[in-house]
Amino acid sequence: MAGAEVDVGTELRLGLPGGGAEAAKAAKRGFEETIDLKLKLPTAGMEEAAAVKQEPAVEKAKRPAEAAATDAEKPPAPKAQAVGWPPVRSYRRNVMSVQSVKNKKEEEPEKQQPATNASSNSSAFVKVSMDGAPYLRKVDLNMYNSYKDLSIALKKMFSTFTTGNNMNDGKLVDPVSGADVVTTYEDKDGDWMLVGDVPWEMFVESCKRLRIMKSSEAIGLAPRTKDKCKNKS
Amino acid sequence: MGRGGSRAAPAAAMPPWHALPDEVWEHAFSFLPAASDRGAAAGACRSWLRAERRSRRRLSVANCYAASPQDAVERFPAVRAAEVKGKPHFADFGLVPPAWGAAAAPWVAAAADGWPLLEELSFKRMVVTDECLEMIAASFRNFQVLRLVSCEGFSTAGLAAIAAGCRNLRELDLQENEIEDCSIHWLSLFPESFTSLVTLNFSCLEGDVNINVLERLVTRCRNLKTLKLNNSIPLDKLASLLHKAPQIVELGTGRFSADYHPNLFEKLEAAFAGDGLAVSVSHLHKFHLNIETVNFQVMDLIEDHGLAVVASSCNKLQELRVFPSDPFDAAGQVSLTERGLVDVSASCPMLESVLYFCRRMTNEALIAIAKNRPNFTCFRLCIIEPHTPDYITHQPLDAGFSAIVESCKGLTRLSVSGLLTDHVFKSIGAHADRLEMLSIAFAGNSDLGLHYILSGCKSLKKLEIRDCPFGDKPLLANAAKLETMRSLWMSSCSLTLGACRQLARKMPRLSVEVMNDPERACPLDSLADETLIDKLYVYRTIAGPRSDTPACVQIV
Repeated sequence: MAGAEVDVGTELRLGLPGGGAEAAKAAKRGFEETIDLKLKLPTAGMEEAAAVKQEPAVEKAKRPAEAAATDAEKPPAPKAQAVGWPPVRSYRRNVMSVQSVKNKKEEEPEKQQPATNASSNSSAFVKVSMDGAPYLRKVDLNMYNSYKDLSIALKKMFSTFTTGNNMNDGKLVDPVSGADVVTTYEDKDGDWMLVGDVPWEMFVESCKRLRIMKSSEAIGLAPRTKDKCKNKS
Repeated sequence: MGRGGSRAAPAAAMPPWHALPDEVWEHAFSFLPAASDRGAAAGACRSWLRAERRSRRRLSVANCYAASPQDAVERFPAVRAAEVKGKPHFADFGLVPPAWGAAAAPWVAAAADGWPLLEELSFKRMVVTDECLEMIAASFRNFQVLRLVSCEGFSTAGLAAIAAGCRNLRELDLQENEIEDCSIHWLSLFPESFTSLVTLNFSCLEGDVNINVLERLVTRCRNLKTLKLNNSIPLDKLASLLHKAPQIVELGTGRFSADYHPNLFEKLEAAFAGDGLAVSVSHLHKFHLNIETVNFQVMDLIEDHGLAVVASSCNKLQELRVFPSDPFDAAGQVSLTERGLVDVSASCPMLESVLYFCRRMTNEALIAIAKNRPNFTCFRLCIIEPHTPDYITHQPLDAGFSAIVESCKGLTRLSVSGLLTDHVFKSIGAHADRLEMLSIAFAGNSDLGLHYILSGCKSLKKLEIRDCPFGDKPLLANAAKLETMRSLWMSSCSLTLGACRQLARKMPRLSVEVMNDPERACPLDSLADETLIDKLYVYRTIAGPRSDTPACVQIV
């Protein structure tokens, strides 16, 4: 498969997720299948490892061994993880999501606490990209109760990429042009929508990724009035 | 001594030193702080054995099942400081079944009985209950230091007992424990008259702490030098705390991400400007480094360019740990590569310990690192994706890791990762003479790999292996080696039950534990020799088979 030779570790995501997404997805799928194989039973591991001795490129070695066994059964979705791998202690794994809860408690003590126990077991991490920012971030939508909470968190997250101390009405601005930005999201159907139209819970369920883009580029998305923009993004 | 000149007649002569009373030897041995030296002295003759064991003050039991608590107390009756370690290291990553063992209670009970003057107690990877802590508080009138590392089984109620009962406590050091929050204000149970604290570390505590109580405590403990808080203390309160407690020289702010507090250091610096306070903030990726920084722990969000800054500004750096912010994200958004480690190794001459998680590596980089830093004592590299080769040449990383062990002659701890064949183990076996702990995962191609390790590595004490194609032959062929080691862990390899049975028969002073999936309570006796086992833990012991195994663990 096309993406299998790509070394995913060197793949730096610069720029827009839109165009690159397809290639990235394909590369990922190939990569995921490879991972699934590696993490199978130890006996399979032996064959793979033995095969590897002849062909150092691991991806190549996989194919003869696994072609029959795996192509049918592999679901493209969540990749299998070996238990206890990578060897990071569990409290360190949770540190990113824990931090967002703690920080909210700390910085804005008078604000409502995000829903904790109910949704703390399941996380809803989605990627957030901002045009012009050198790398993407991730947020757990279950950590927030409303669009406002999310918007504040995003503002904090990308605050280093904004110009000046006080942005227009507290909104993010594009770091290069200083123009207004809007936050959009990709829903389950693969469509790009403006954030803020549907009730919060529905948004959390259907949102797959977020993108903060220049207002001028947000043509063709669900039309909204200027006022709505001011209140919600 | 000086009696050389006047020896008695040869036939009845006893060496002069037998006439010296034990106290002289005890005094002599007090100049041997290293336990291994004391142990060697004790092996010389009976009188030295007697003198040494009676005067031993510090005891370290590296495997709580290697000897019974009663053995320890009987043999070393004068111990004032004891350290006991329990579960195998891989328990940190969930590989050891829960309820496996390592209860601290028998040790606390034996100590309460036999070491009433005990001052220091340290437990690592053990199950410590509130009852244990209560017993500690009640049994040792001069108890001063409690250190719990990676333990579980206790709550803030136990901490309350310690606070209330240990009048002379100097150190309460809680590192990476799982502590249940019973909503007890344990901090407030330190009496107002209590002022002896020198170190207080509760960074692993999840719950909140009353800031006023904390302030009063640190204010009255004028000798408090090290304070490591959890992240329930807000930043602005931290500054006022520091103002009230200028005696503090080391401050830790817990699991804190400056990601969301870009001004953290500016604020803290403003609070204690120029006092020379060393602040350790974990998981920092925007940082404000002090050239005095000796230990640095950070997330990979620091990226290569951040590490380049560390490299150029911290030339006293001794230990570096870089953790993955998103361990399961295959796409690897974060730009942390071999480059960062090469830079740090090139510019930090005192760097001797590294723990580095990354997604790509090359042999060339490892060779450069080995050349730059022959003084490594601990080198742990984790390339997150198993079987990852050199990303440029697509070769295994054998050459790179071989360079590390050949160059770093003082290496005592090594973790390898990436695509590795048996060749690298040949190098490690042959060159890593001082290596004491080796961690291997998803590596090697045949039994030879394990054989190279077990037949080489002169100083090996702990070997932990997972998901490698190593089988019965090298294990049985090197059975005697296992008695020279503290322990061996092998999981998801190619071992059969028959080999374990053979090993247990051959080596009666080893305890051979086989572990199954906890859901599957399957009696081993009924299984055939050919059955593949999932987890093996072998350790030397003078205490015989332990009796506290859960259903999924069986001693063969």
